[in-house]
Amino acid sequence: MTRISMTVDGVRYDDDVEPRTLLVQHLRDRLGKVGTVVGCDTSNCGSCTVLLSGTSVKSCSVLAVQADGADVTTIEGLAGADGELHPVQTAFHEQHGLQCGFCTPGMIMASVDLLTENPDPTDEEIREGLEGNLCRCTGYQNIVRAVHAAAESMRTSVPSTPEGAEAAEGVTT
Amino acid sequence: MTVTEQRPSGEVGRDRRRKEDARLITGRTSWTDNLSLPGMLHLAILRSPMAHARITGIDVTAARGAPGVVDVFTGPDIADLQGAMPCIWPVTEDTVLPVYPPLALDEVRHAGEPVAVVAARDRASALDALELIEVGYEPLPVVLDMEAALADGAPLVHEAAGTNRCYTWILDSAQAGTGGDVARAEAEAEVVVRRRFIQQRLIPAFMEPRSTVVDPTGDQITMWSSTQVPHVLRILLSLGTGMPEHKIRVIAPDVGGGFGGKLEVTPEEFIAFAAARRLHKPVKFTESRSEAMLSAHHGRDQVQDITVTARRDGTVTGMSAKLLANMGGYLGIIAPGIPILGAFMYGGIYKFPAYRFECTGVFTTTTKTDAYRGAGRPEATFALERIMDELAAELDMDPLELRRRNWIDSSEFPFTTAAGLTYDSGDYAAATARATELFGYDALRQEQAARRASGDPVQLGIGVSTYTEMCGLAPSRVLGQLRYAAGGWESAAVRVLPTGKVEVVTGTSPHGQGHETAWSQIVADQLGVGFDDVEVLHGDTRTSHKGLDTYGSRSLAVGGIALVNACQRVVEKALPVAAHLLEADPADLEFAEGAFRVKGAPGAATKTMADCAFAVFQSHDLPDGVESTLDADATYDPENFSYPHGTHLCAVEVDTETGMVKVRSYVAVDDVGRVINPLIVEGQVHGGVAQGIAQALFEEARYDEDGNLTTGTFVEYTIPSSADLPDIVTDRTETPAPGHPLGAKGVGEAGTIASTPAVVNAVVDALRPMGVTDVRMPCTPERVWSTIVAARAAGGEGR
Ligand code: FES
Ligand code: FES
Repeated sequence: MTRISMTVDGVRYDDDVEPRTLLVQHLRDRLGKVGTVVGCDTSNCGSCTVLLSGTSVKSCSVLAVQADGADVTTIEGLAGADGELHPVQTAFHEQHGLQCGFCTPGMIMASVDLLTENPDPTDEEIREGLEGNLCRCTGYQNIVRAVHAAAESMRTSVPSTPEGAEAAEGVTT
Repeated sequence: MTVTEQRPSGEVGRDRRRKEDARLITGRTSWTDNLSLPGMLHLAILRSPMAHARITGIDVTAARGAPGVVDVFTGPDIADLQGAMPCIWPVTEDTVLPVYPPLALDEVRHAGEPVAVVAARDRASALDALELIEVGYEPLPVVLDMEAALADGAPLVHEAAGTNRCYTWILDSAQAGTGGDVARAEAEAEVVVRRRFIQQRLIPAFMEPRSTVVDPTGDQITMWSSTQVPHVLRILLSLGTGMPEHKIRVIAPDVGGGFGGKLEVTPEEFIAFAAARRLHKPVKFTESRSEAMLSAHHGRDQVQDITVTARRDGTVTGMSAKLLANMGGYLGIIAPGIPILGAFMYGGIYKFPAYRFECTGVFTTTTKTDAYRGAGRPEATFALERIMDELAAELDMDPLELRRRNWIDSSEFPFTTAAGLTYDSGDYAAATARATELFGYDALRQEQAARRASGDPVQLGIGVSTYTEMCGLAPSRVLGQLRYAAGGWESAAVRVLPTGKVEVVTGTSPHGQGHETAWSQIVADQLGVGFDDVEVLHGDTRTSHKGLDTYGSRSLAVGGIALVNACQRVVEKALPVAAHLLEADPADLEFAEGAFRVKGAPGAATKTMADCAFAVFQSHDLPDGVESTLDADATYDPENFSYPHGTHLCAVEVDTETGMVKVRSYVAVDDVGRVINPLIVEGQVHGGVAQGIAQALFEEARYDEDGNLTTGTFVEYTIPSSADLPDIVTDRTETPAPGHPLGAKGVGEAGTIASTPAVVNAVVDALRPMGVTDVRMPCTPERVWSTIVAARAAGGEGR
């Protein structure tokens, strides 16, 4: 057993874990963060994606002990404290970017990271950026649409430029 | 009273954003694997590494002593408790129904078959202990190829059956009196085209692995399961294990996709059920993805020998389909019936005067097959649409022109086909006209000609698929004739609460389709209440005691009518209450725009459903004989299937030097009848087309010669990612389904059914000048390239 400490969705947790415990198991089984899900056992599907100190990782490919001292954000911690949804969450809802919703936590977290890296991605950049996150329901088209919509609303949420104000009108609600 | 057709709040047809999303986008979803009960034990299953073997002994001593382990058991240990897996669709009188123990007793018949189970305090301990179990196997010969399995002297999958033939099912229009004789059509034909098509084995690959939690309390037992069919599961648990039905509660909480893959009652569910009863403790089993790929049922896997006969002018005169269908090592609950669901569709939208279908189900030492999105109908549509293209090539005719000459004209409905189905509606010309316009058909044909002429190494191919399907499963009477054990009705209950809010209980069991949203839209219009005032409950046999669940594009087409009927009963119940409140004669009232009012008296006083609900709740002065409730339920059994249709067009670029196929454009124009929520319908088409493209270009479950699955991960199976799939253009035409109060036809499977042949037709079209007349699915670069090489060697024109 190893003592680790991490902040998950704004709350600090100190736990003894077995060295082989995966981060996703720790999140789900120990911390009750069951919003993050497991879709495979070969690190292929991306369902388990979380932000580890701001960058997206597949939490099934990281050991809990490797996350010692880290700041983890899961799908459960993405909305604001008042419950206000993150623009990516809103966009997935508005653009019908989910059906069964199983891939959605990972897809949303990966999209958040993608937009941090590239606030104005092309279709192709989105499709390539999300390549590690599989969805069996949507055919990805509305997911791409959602990421575009989120990008637009995140850019325009800083209401400084005239283009920003103009673009805001295009966001469907 | 009259109930007018008017939809006061106009919810039906609106692009409502889904109610389901709120929990799914915030991680507040109830997946079965999220559930944890006090004292719950975790199960792990040891699976056979052999495709076919006799079990000579199992030693669990070491595993029993491992840390955290509470119990280890084998098939013989739970022989009395585990029951047997049911098959509810023996399609013929003599269908072979082998004994199918959930946990193997003495023989295994596919790699991945459950052999022993560990119950431990946590999952990791259970998995660790599996490695301590010693199993002795005496190898038996594997049987992988269907034709080899049927040959004389072939090793038997089920010794006791004496054969690997499960059944042979025949539909012949000459014998049935629904059409002519195919042999005669062939003798008289000016043109005969024959092809063998291979429907490769697919894996449904729902994203949420299957999971089940079982909680025994006294003589009752509750099962949560990641299933499409909680109602079917409850009945079959009872029939299969002998536990009385009323003591069993089944809950399908949020379910992460199914596509037919969770239209199953599984050995894992039966094993967990038995374990909970043996240990008197709650248990959980969640499969790994590797286990899901290996042992959750597969789909397709058919060999299709197709013959079409025609006159030189393109008029088709006969269609014959002879199939081998791989059942795998055991029978899934409806496995024998899957090809039969396609049996009526090999004629599609064309007027074939003579028709014959024959299918033989075959046992092999592979994972069992069963429903996968479309179930029998994609296979039929593929074979038909592919051979129509081959016939067009033979006649040197444009494939669209050949289809035009043969399809049923919109003036000819209702139309009874040689397969004996009566299509109720459709307008194939309208859908095709719209699709060709969006696609730019003529311009693409010109570009294709130019590329051919210039010898461009990247050739353009155009693929057509004009499909129809039978869905809305299903009229119970027809299911009875087909020897299916259950009916095809659906049920709904509507309860108006005292404050005017509405609870709806549906017998359908969604897993991504958005029923909570669409059903709310329907009820809002029917009862004149707000969209947000409706709550839809599903998937729990305690609240929804009656239902037949979700598959076969049936939920709206069948369940939607039950829902409308239940709503109308509520309106009828509210009528005397409203009349009483308005001090009017019930006969003088109408229910329109969400309220009761005196007919022909605009501006007169009205009473809403909420007014009636509160009056009923109080019941202070209801008229004599009026019941204190505004609840109603309804069960609906369809008289016919519904027949969505459409035209899908696909353009591909094929690099003839590498074999690489790129979908350049894809247009889907579907006619699914009246649409409740266009956003949801478009999403269903996107996902359906994606899965159809996946069959055409990417996916195949493969076995090595020892019967081991070699495509056991997402990467090996090559499930497409966002980078692999194109954007598609969708549109709709709308011919409402006659006889359906909502005019809806069903959309869940349409995209998958239509798209696979459109893509493969495009690939073959690109290569036809090189002498290519077929490319086996999936059309991977390697396969396309080797097909080109073979065609060139055989003396095709080359480019
Ligand atoms: S669970 Fe599939 S990548 Fe992590
Ligand atoms: S929404 Fe079901 S897997 Fe993506």
